[in-house]
Amino acid sequence: MAHPKVKAYTLSTCPYCRAFKMFMAEEGIPFDYTDVDLLEGEKRKSVMKEVDKVCEDCGYPIIMIDELVIEGFNETKLRKALRL
Amino acid sequence: MTEKDPKWDEEVEKYTNVLRKFAASTNYTLNPDEKYLRLIVEGLLMNKKKFGYASCPCRVADGKRELDADIICPCVYRDPDLEEYGRCLCGLYVNEEYTSGRKGQGGIPDRRKYQKMERK
Repeated sequence: MAHPKVKAYTLSTCPYCRAFKMFMAEEGIPFDYTDVDLLEGEKRKSVMKEVDKVCEDCGYPIIMIDELVIEGFNETKLRKALRL
Repeated sequence: MTEKDPKWDEEVEKYTNVLRKFAASTNYTLNPDEKYLRLIVEGLLMNKKKFGYASCPCRVADGKRELDADIICPCVYRDPDLEEYGRCLCGLYVNEEYTSGRKGQGGIPDRRKYQKMERK
């Protein structure tokens, strides 16, 4: 079964972001992520503007699954969105 | 030193003990999930090494103490978050409402709203 396209804004230090990355790896689902805290200067500013556009409460990780945005690592929500 | 270095475990354990003692002396409770607690402590320690202070691992820090003062652990948002959600944003501090599953499961909003702040 083809997986939906998953992209996430994460922090390298964030336990929920790390749990999210581990979950995706364990489930074998490919995904792209950007560790916002590791960016510097103009690149960070530009990425944070992108984050502003998609998040409501801006709790990391900010996970985009096709058009759906999930803030925070909630395994139940994530499983449902990924149809697992 | 990073989390891959041999002494990392020792440092994490040492810092966890510091946090446990601090929590106990101030009548707060740390997250009882040891696996998860480890991830939180690692994040705090990474920031401590990077910035010289343990800023919240779940928030973007500026790297300047004066700008990050409100998110240095324990952050100024801890108590209102414990009151409303039973846990602080990163989940280091929790209360009985969280551990009993009544509050704070899944993600909680960031009270700081840093993302929506004007940044220069």
